[in-house]
Amino acid sequence: MAWLNNSILEDMGYFSDIYQGIKSLLTGMSITGKYFLNFRKGSITQQYPENRETLKMFERFRGEVIMPHDENNEHRCTGCQACEIACPNGTIEIIWDRQLDEESGKKKKMIDKHIYRLGMCTMCGLCIEACPTDAIKWGQNFENSVYDRKYLDRILNKPGSKLMKGVEDKE
Amino acid sequence: MEPIVVNNNFKSEEYFINMGPQHPATHGVLRLLLTIDGEIIKKVEPDLGYIHRSIEKMCERDSYQQIVHLTDRMDYLSSNINNEAVCLAIENALQLEVPERVKVIRTIIGELTRIASHTLWWGVMGMDVGAFTTFFYGFRDREMINDIFEETCGARLTMNYNMPGGLMFDIHPNFIKRTKEFVAHFKTKLPEYDALLTNNIIFQHRTKGVGILTKEDAISFGASGPVGRASGYSCDVRVHHPYSALDKVKFKEAMRTTGDTFARYEVRIEEMWESLSIIEQLIDNIPEGDYKVATNAVIKLPKGEFYQRVETARGELGVYIISTGTKNAHRVKFRSPGFSNLSLLNHISVGSKIGDLVAIMATLDLVIPDIDR
Ligand code: SF4
Ligand code: SF4
Repeated sequence: MAWLNNSILEDMGYFSDIYQGIKSLLTGMSITGKYFLNFRKGSITQQYPENRETLKMFERFRGEVIMPHDENNEHRCTGCQACEIACPNGTIEIIWDRQLDEESGKKKKMIDKHIYRLGMCTMCGLCIEACPTDAIKWGQNFENSVYDRKYLDRILNKPGSKLMKGVEDKE
Repeated sequence: MEPIVVNNNFKSEEYFINMGPQHPATHGVLRLLLTIDGEIIKKVEPDLGYIHRSIEKMCERDSYQQIVHLTDRMDYLSSNINNEAVCLAIENALQLEVPERVKVIRTIIGELTRIASHTLWWGVMGMDVGAFTTFFYGFRDREMINDIFEETCGARLTMNYNMPGGLMFDIHPNFIKRTKEFVAHFKTKLPEYDALLTNNIIFQHRTKGVGILTKEDAISFGASGPVGRASGYSCDVRVHHPYSALDKVKFKEAMRTTGDTFARYEVRIEEMWESLSIIEQLIDNIPEGDYKVATNAVIKLPKGEFYQRVETARGELGVYIISTGTKNAHRVKFRSPGFSNLSLLNHISVGSKIGDLVAIMATLDLVIPDIDR
């Protein structure tokens, strides 16, 4: 008789498992069902790119390094190379020159090209932290896909741009 | 009468099979060489190196400020805690006392990181054992933390928000409000996690009694984090060697004694509750003060060896720096939790089925770049 009892007990376990299984299935479905019925309230997904107009990134968002220019096409970069030294992976390259400063009549270090290779940038923020004159900052653009990686190499200072007056070269 | 010869056509043979490096259940480029007999696992040999980037070697080349951002890329789900570990090691070496404000902010952000990591783990764990809903629910709650990070640190995953001497910038004015919102929100969601997955009988059958790790083995394999604690091994660095503001808060170390997959699961769920309580204790008492102390532009550590351990979401991370007094480290070694936890995979999964192996791996919570570095 013992074998019979055992198998009956096992069968009972089998049925109680089915019962428990259905019960926990219904518990789970009651939660998902609640969200399903209130789908308008708790919606967290966004319709990108349809919402491009209204989509705004946070002000500190690290999209890419940019160099702001004012309306006279002037920037604040003195060419001190602090950002180049701070960068861990050689993303930034400063090509500088000594040019005659009209006011003092002396030769002064001037930036020629501020090369920024977005494809190599790890968005660590050390360059912006290092810049003594706040010449570079984070841009919010995150749509950076291009067809060839050479387009990711950027020259941050605009052509013909000059150093803003009053920004001291702290070198 | 002649004896009946049973011709066994179903005789099985051992064979090899590759799991990974592109298998979804390995969560990254981990390759497991399985020796199996039918469905039964005879041996598991992890094959590493698919995402090795020689971070330790790069640390010898970079300045101390630059090392920090490399650790983002080890265990990317605990990036803030990794950053903190390196910064603490450097600050200890320089005998630099950071302001109280920095300590508290670091701890809050560290616990938020832990919750974010555990919610992701919970979602993926459910998916590994066949419950797809959890994946979305876990990511929904993690999204709120990611928004907090994005607003304050500027990035969602690789923050690089800590730096030797403090933080890169102060917390965003919305930080406290958003964090409180999250804590209130998440307290209503954690019971849902239990109803959806923890109490599900199918899930319990998949996890209870599977992959049992004894306390002795946990210690001898160097298990740490939730994996060690589920076996009754009290190994929380936050309790035994508190750092930052963790000595000011009260929390319970989440512990289980069964050591099976379900225990590891429960430990992580409980840890989320404890992290919430740590955040609640600190969020109203962020002291005023500076967010960093000035360091030299070129940091030179004194000659010697420095070690700092922290508790990441996966276990104990150790940072070991040997300095010869120059501006670069002579040698940097990371003791990563994932590597030690992976080492016991073979031990606990032999004899179980392939499906069990997936469940075991899910609760080991491996992050492969942390193992390979
Ligand atoms: S963000 Fe980091 S990696 Fe990028 S350019 Fe600046 S320093 Fe270099
Ligand atoms: S001024 Fe700023 S952006 Fe220009 S070279 Fe110096 S650190 Fe770089």
